[in-house]
This record gives sequence, C-alpha cells and structure tokens, in this order.
Amino acid sequence: MNGNYRILLPVLSLAVLMAAVFYLQPRAMSYFGLNLLFNLAVPIALATIAQMMIIMVNDIDLSVGTFVSFVACVTATFLNDAPLIGAAILAASILAYAGLGALIHMRQLPAIVVTLGMSFVWAGLAVLILPSPGGAAPAWIRTLMTVKPPLVPMAIVASVGIAALTHLLIMRSSTGTLLRGVGGNTRAVLRAGWSVTRLKAGAYALAGFFGVLSGMSLVGLTTSADANIALRYTLLSIAGVILGGGEFTGGRISPVGAVIGALTLALAGSFLSFMRLSPDWQIGAQGAILILVLAVRLVFSRRSARVEG
Amino acid sequence: MQPPAPGGHAPENPLVSLVDAHMHFGAVRALDGVSLTISPGECLGLIGHNGAGKSTAVNVINGGLTPTGGAVEYTLPDGSRATGAAARAAGIRSVFQELSLCPNLTVEENLRIPQHDLWGPGWRRIARKRIAKALDEVFPGHRIKPGMTVGGLTLAERQMVEIATGFAEATEPARLVILDEPTSSLDASIAHQLLDYVRGFCARGGAVIFISHMLGEVFEVATRIDVMKDGRITQSRPVAEFTQQGLIDAMGHVASVEATTAIREDAATRIGEEVLRTDEGLSARRGEIVGLAGLAGHGQAEALARFFMGRSSGPRHSSHPDVVFVAGDRARDGVMPLWSILRNLTLTHLPALTRRSIVDRAAEKVLGADWKRRIGIRTDDILNPILSLSGGNQQKVLFARSLASSAPIVVMDDPMRGVDVGTKREAYDMIRFEASAGRTFLWYSTETEEICQCDRVFVFRNGRISAELTGDQINEENILAASFEMQESTA
Amino acid sequence: MTDTVISTLSQTHRRPWFWAFVASTAAFGATLLLTEGRGGGELLSAALTFAAFSAIVGIGQMFVITLGPGNVDLSIPATMTLAGTLSLKFMGGDAALILPGLGVALAVGLGAGTANYLLIRFLRIPPIIATLSASFLYQSLAIWSNRGLRIKPPSILADFTTGATLGVPNVAIVGLLIAVIAWIILERSIYGRWLSAVGQNARAARLSGVPVQLMFAATFIGSAVLASLTGYLLASFSGGAALNMGTEYLLISIAVVVIGGCSIAGGYSNVPGIWGGALLMFLIVSMLNSYGLGAGVRLIMTGTIIIAIVAAAAGKESSA
Repeated sequence: MNGNYRILLPVLSLAVLMAAVFYLQPRAMSYFGLNLLFNLAVPIALATIAQMMIIMVNDIDLSVGTFVSFVACVTATFLNDAPLIGAAILAASILAYAGLGALIHMRQLPAIVVTLGMSFVWAGLAVLILPSPGGAAPAWIRTLMTVKPPLVPMAIVASVGIAALTHLLIMRSSTGTLLRGVGGNTRAVLRAGWSVTRLKAGAYALAGFFGVLSGMSLVGLTTSADANIALRYTLLSIAGVILGGGEFTGGRISPVGAVIGALTLALAGSFLSFMRLSPDWQIGAQGAILILVLAVRLVFSRRSARVEG
Repeated sequence: MQPPAPGGHAPENPLVSLVDAHMHFGAVRALDGVSLTISPGECLGLIGHNGAGKSTAVNVINGGLTPTGGAVEYTLPDGSRATGAAARAAGIRSVFQELSLCPNLTVEENLRIPQHDLWGPGWRRIARKRIAKALDEVFPGHRIKPGMTVGGLTLAERQMVEIATGFAEATEPARLVILDEPTSSLDASIAHQLLDYVRGFCARGGAVIFISHMLGEVFEVATRIDVMKDGRITQSRPVAEFTQQGLIDAMGHVASVEATTAIREDAATRIGEEVLRTDEGLSARRGEIVGLAGLAGHGQAEALARFFMGRSSGPRHSSHPDVVFVAGDRARDGVMPLWSILRNLTLTHLPALTRRSIVDRAAEKVLGADWKRRIGIRTDDILNPILSLSGGNQQKVLFARSLASSAPIVVMDDPMRGVDVGTKREAYDMIRFEASAGRTFLWYSTETEEICQCDRVFVFRNGRISAELTGDQINEENILAASFEMQESTA
Repeated sequence: MTDTVISTLSQTHRRPWFWAFVASTAAFGATLLLTEGRGGGELLSAALTFAAFSAIVGIGQMFVITLGPGNVDLSIPATMTLAGTLSLKFMGGDAALILPGLGVALAVGLGAGTANYLLIRFLRIPPIIATLSASFLYQSLAIWSNRGLRIKPPSILADFTTGATLGVPNVAIVGLLIAVIAWIILERSIYGRWLSAVGQNARAARLSGVPVQLMFAATFIGSAVLASLTGYLLASFSGGAALNMGTEYLLISIAVVVIGGCSIAGGYSNVPGIWGGALLMFLIVSMLNSYGLGAGVRLIMTGTIIIAIVAAAAGKESSA
C-alpha cells in the first residue's frame, strides 16, 4: 500500500548509510560507536517531529531553529535556577505557538512569513536571556540524556520511543486523524462542523511541545546553551520530514519516517566527522547525501506510479 | 444502517421545511423566495440549470448557509421542531458535487471527519464496520477496502465512498440525504445500484433530495420533482405528472436539433486534408470537428492531454502555437484567478502582441474589446477581475483565449461542463464558424448531444479507441454500444 | 491630465508597497527625532547603501516566490559567499581584473542557478529542499577556496562600492538600476506576464502555451545571478569576503518580499515594495540602535513588525 511504501525508503536510506559506516569503520558497530554516531539524534528527531506537526496542516515553520535555541537558553538558566518560573516560561511558549496557529488560520496569514517573523522574536528572547554562551543543564535532564540502557544506546531507545508515541498520536488516534484531515482537505473538515482554528492551534501547540522537548534534550547533551545553539535545526527539521517521506502539502506525513529521516541526518553528520573528511567538505557532503537520497526516492516512486503528467 | 423508523412522524410533520427563503449575495439573488418541504419516505428530484439556485437551496437546507430572509425548520428525531443550526441533529447529510474527502486519509479514517462521535479506544474498528456496511449495502460487489488510502482510489470509487458516508450508520442516523450530482463519475451499472438503494431507503422511511443533470435518473428515482429557475421553484409536482420533454421545457431548455444538422451540412466543403494522426489511432482533417466520446474517465482527457503536450513543447511553440487547449475544469486548467478578464483572454495570443519582449498594451486592449463583442462576454469593463464573471462567461473567455491565437488545431476538454444553455448555443456557433474557417477541433464531451454535432467520433473504452463513427453512424445508440463492454463478443 | 494625477494620488495608498514606505519614513523620522535632525544625510546614505544589498537579493527572491507556493531560493547566502570569495580570489587585488572578476562572480551565479534548476527539474526535488541541499555544497566550495584568507578587493573597486556619485551611494545606484530593469520585466514584458501566470496556476499556464519550464529555469538562474552580484559588491564593500557574509540575507530576502506587499502564494508581486521593505529593515534596526536598545530587543521588534505588517495586509485583502 501507499502508506507502507512511504516508510520503506527512509528505512532503506538509513540502512544503506549505516552499512556504509560499518563497512568503513567496523568499530562503529558497538555500543560506544553507535552512541557516538547518534549522539545528537534525539534533539534533531524531536525538532523534526515539531516541524512535521506544522507541515501536517500545510504550513511550514521557519522558526524551529531559533525556538529550540530559545528553549535551550531557558532550560540552561531559568529551568535550572528557578524550575517553576522556567516551566511557566516554557508552558507560555507552547501557548504562544497555539496562538500563532489560531492567528494564522483566522487571518489567513502565510505561515512561512509569520514563523519567519517569530524566528526573530525567539532569537531576540534568547539573546535577552543568555547574552553570552553559558548556563547549566538541570541535573535531572543531564541524567536522563546520559543514561546507559543495556544493549542499545539511549539515543536509539529514545528515538524508537518518540517514533512510537507520535505514531500513536498522529496516525492512530482519532484526533490525529482529524489533524491530518485538515492538511488533506480543510474545507471538508470545516464543513463537517469542526473548528479549524482550534485544530490548527492544536497542531501548532504540539509543534511547540516537541520543540520544547528538543531544546531541553539538547541542553541535556551539551550541558550549556547559547542563543545560536540550534539555528541549523530549521533546515535540518524540514529536510528530516521530507527525507522521511513527508510532503509539503496535503497532510501526507509519517512520524516514523520523520524520526528515521532525522536519524539519517544525524548519522550523516557523525559519519562525516567519523571519516575524517576535511572539515571544509562536511557541510557539502551533507548536502550531497540529501540530494542522493532524494534522487533514489525519485527512482523508486517513478517505478511505483507511472501515471502523472 | 438503520433506516429511520417509519411512522415515527406524522406525514404532516416534514423533516425540513423552507418557508419563503431568500438568499442574496450582494446584488445576486441566489434564492428569491423558495418554499419547499421534504417528508419521510419522499425522494425529491431537484432540477434546473446551473445558477438556478439548486446548490444554494441545498446549502440552506443543510445549514451551510443562513438565509437572508425566510425560515428553515427541522423536525428532530424526537419529534420536536427546531430552527437554526439543527441540521446535523436532525440527521441531514449532504454528498457534495465537488469531492469532500481527504485524499491523504484512508476510507475508514475519512468517516471520522463527519462523524464527531468516533473517538476513544476502538474508534477505528467502529468506523471500519460502519463504512464497510454502508458500502456493501449501497454498492454490492464493490472492491473498496476500508484501509485503502482515498488518494489511491479512482474517481468513481471516491464518489462511491462519499455516497456511502452519506448513508452510513451513526449516532444520528441519516434521515435526509442530499445527493448533488452523485452519479457524475459513476458508470451506468454502479449508478443503478445507487438508484436502487435510494428507492429502498425511501421505502424504509428515509428521505432523499436528488440533484442530477441526468433526467432519466431523476425520473427513475424521484417521487416528486421540483424545477428551479432564477432562484425560484417554478413547478413542483409528483413525478408521474411530468414527461421528459415537459421537464426540459419547464427548465427553459431548447432542443438543438436544427444546430446539429446545420453543422454537418457543410461538412463536405469544409473538410480538407489530414492534419493529425496519433499512435493510438486518433486522426483529424483540416476543418473537421472530431468528437471523443465514451464513459467519463475512459482515457479521453488523457489522450487529449498527451496529444497537446506532445505538440506544444519546443521553443517555437509559444510564438507559433500549433495546438491550443480549451479547458473544461476551469479552476484547475484554465482561469488565472488574480487577473482581469483581458489578461486572461490574451494569454495564449500574447507573443503575437509583443515587440522586443514588451507587451503592446494598446494592441492587447483592441484584441480584448474585439473578442468581448464577438463572443458577448457579459461585463461592463473588460478590466474587471475574471472571477467577477459567472462560470459560463469565464468559459467564453477561455474559448476566446484559444481562438484568438492562430493555431490550426483546437483541443477541447469537455468545455461545456457546468455551462448554461445559452452560452452553449453561442459556443456551438463559434465552433462551427471557426471550423468553416479551416480550424480543426478535437472535442471531448460527456454529453451525447454535443458529440452528435461532430463530423467524426472516436469512442473510448478502457483507455483505448473502441470505435470510430462517421456521418449518420453518429447517434446515441452507437456511441453507447461502443462505450459498454457487452459489445466485446461481437466486435 | 489633472484628473489622472489626482486619481493616481488617491490610488497611491492602495498600492501594496505604500505601507512599507510609510513605515520606513516613520522609522527614519523617529531616529532623527533623537538626534534632533542631525546626521540625516549620513543615515539616508547608509540606509540606501545597505538597503541596496537587500533589495538586489530581494528582487531575485521576489521572482522566485512569484512562481508559486513552495518556491523559495534558500541558496542565496551560499551563492553570495561563493561568488564573493571566488571573484576576490581571482582578482587578487589587481585593478585590471575588476571586470573579469565580475564575470567570475556572475558565472558562479549562473552555475548555481542552473544547478538549482536541474535539481528541481530532473530530480523533482521540492525547490526548498533542492536549494537548501545545493547551498550546502556551495558553502563547502567557498570554505574550501577561502582557506581562512581574507583577500582585499582592488582599491578602485573598494572605492567605487563605498563611494557616491552626486551624493547617491554607487551601490544604491546599481540597486536602483536593477530595480528599474526588474520593474520593466515584471510589469511590461511578456516574461512578467508568463511569470505571473505560472505563479497563479502552473498547469493552466502550461495548457495556455506558456513555456513553464523556461520560466522556472530563468527565474532560479536570475535569482542566483543577482545573489552572486550582491556577493561581489558586498565583499568589495566590506574589504573582503567572509564565510558568513550571506547568512543574514536569507531571512532578509524573504522578509523584504513580504513586507513589500508581494503575495507569498505567488502570481502577484511588485518591485517598489522590495526597496521599501529593504529600507524598512535597515531603518528599524538603526532606529532601535540609536535608542540604545540591545540586540535582543532589536530582534524582537523586527520580528513583531514583520508579523504586524503581514497581519495588517491580510486584513486589508479580506475586507476588500
């Protein structure tokens, strides 16, 4: 079926990339090696899920990177020093996301621009909170992110958990179905008597929630924060959703695919530094891998559906 | 699916009644005092031309629009009467003309959209059961599985799912189902399954409003027919009191038999040498009007698109087009929604109005004014936005866009879809005029009446040409015969 | 005659670019209020210079966005950096190579734009992802060729980019010239029509005989060429190419298109608004700066203003 097929390619590209890593560097095939390879996978996966929530309702979020940076700054300062205030700030930022979703729908604003504006706002707030790099991760987050489960590293366990949870939430639950319906045919949902404003606010709130988790987990790994810590996440998260078989319009997304897409991107990053590739070329190689995977996907999808003009 | 209990309501208690409903959009009077009632057990055939007000009436009944004047009253399942936003509680369902499914969801997931009670653990199982049951009952022998993604279904299958959703069991059982052009994508046998089901549904005490261009279907299924014209109901009688011809007259339809013969009369002098021949067997001669017929969705539109794309690529095409295209699906294939009428009209011919890359806007205006007069676009200013025009007038602009060019071949993809009779007749005249001036037309149409005006007809079946008809062979019987599978053995 | 003047005047406030200029003037006035009118000339000249850089890339981005939903060029910063780096390296400070150096920069743009288009066309990658992935490659090329060296531009070129003619900064003159050409292309030429048609409905445009693929190719190449020209000018202006010189222009290029009143959904855009938006973006920052506000508040205000402008513009449309 269509849906299963969608998930096959991300899995395949991750597998190929992993095989390449193990071939070049057999020592990576160990608990320690995997831990190193997927070091930053969890925050990227969470940011990708956040982006997916927005793409699900046919919008795009250009502020994910600065939002995650902002959350990281809050986590490394307020959440560490005054947990209650910190939690309140994070809750308020999720509410802000929900309000944004409602505003975008009610006034029919282009999400790409509103989130672009918000990226300035989050960046400004982050600079105000943490003008120079620093802060400290709350101990419990640090412990949680560095826990060493038996057999499989934390990053992989957590990724599987995130994938399973969001799959249940988005693909199986009735609310998730409705949210995807907004992406698929907004008019039909509206005509059936639902408040699309509320649904969009809900999708944005979910994005805010996963963005918060992403920032918190990032600080747990890096132990300190700065206002520019996650700027790359905007582009990485979009790429992750697309690599995972998602499409920009029509509510066609896959949470499991998105997590796998994020893992692929994280792996590509680690793989390149692993290979001792000249640092000059690391970014470029990431781009090349992205293009390669999408090219392969094209070959596959051409074979599966020959119609289309 | 639980049919509503017959006898639950006294006959004098209609499910819905509209009393002198008015609906004005600015200066447009979409409804101009409509009164109608639907009672359990009734199947109301609602007919009229495009723009007669059928869709507006339906939207007022299902609560989508609040009338600017008059009243709508519903009878709730418990027998009490209600006004206002009570359509859903009263068990009124609508199956719309344009598809209202979410293509990214599966069949069962789509049921979640209209049925608000589907939530919590096990909702998916209930949804699957309900939609499967409805599909089995309405369309026995269908091959749709509840787990299939709607985007992967054919157009006909999607329409079947939509209809089944309308009749599916829910906490508020369906008591009145509004079917707006439900059979437009269905072939005859599937359409018959639906008609049979509707009859049964009404016999069990349900009510249906059936809107269709296919008068035969309306006669077959309706118990009463209301004719709408200019926002009013002009006639409302039991079906037995109408004849097909009477109905057509009531709608203001004029049979265009004279036009048919007139077009073909001059064929001998008009038609010249062969100008096109495709691999699949389509061919046409200069000045010839070639029809593409057959059931909807059997490859005609694709054949036209392939031919057009093949002949219109290459750098020289824009300035010297060989083929031009008249879209039927205006929103998808034709109209530029942000532009004025003029800009829409001149798009194809623009290279000829351009000197050194700069558009000669004076020449453009002259061309626009010329075509406005020639085809009678009803607007006071050609610089008005295209969307200010009615559908029929927008279609005229699309005709003008193509005919203004010098291209010798014109491809038309069911261009009269949703166009009123007056415009149609004007378009026929235009086609005839252009053909006698030497243009070749490839004309895909879903209406037999139009196909019968062609010089030669290719009937499509399953993506292939199943018959080529010429001259007197072109009639409804032969076209139908070639459209259906049963002719396979003798062919 | 008078009638047309009056009607033109009364129509002006309905132009989509009107509010960008009003807001720019307000920001300019607010800044001068603080200095009690001193330094107005310097501020204006700085605004014109910096706005010119934003306007040139913004015009390229505008053409891309006009192509319709999903069309954005995210490779602008990398293309700017690569063009600046390679052309300065090629010139090596030699005044005789100024024009060939410009050629090198434009060739970089041509190459990048072609590569972007090929990815979109033949690998069917959505433009956002295609230009994003390609930009990684351009950025790597720039890093590789730069090697951390900062090569100075030929002094004549540096003088030109920082100088002024008749009081108008030379860079601004280049920017205005490009804007005029872009206006003619968009409003008067057949390419502007075709572009708008593609942006409104690419399928219908194709069926009406518009060379859709040609428009896509020309637009993406045009955007990259304008980005490379900006990279060349900016690197010369600031005394050498830096690897992060393009970074801020990604958001700015999109922001000026939106603030200028172009439709983000495609099919409808205007050139004056790009300049209005570019001026506004600079003047807001300098206004907040002169009021002594820190970087944080500045960013927050910039973002809030972008959102406010879009929300206000949307309100006008829906009521019209």
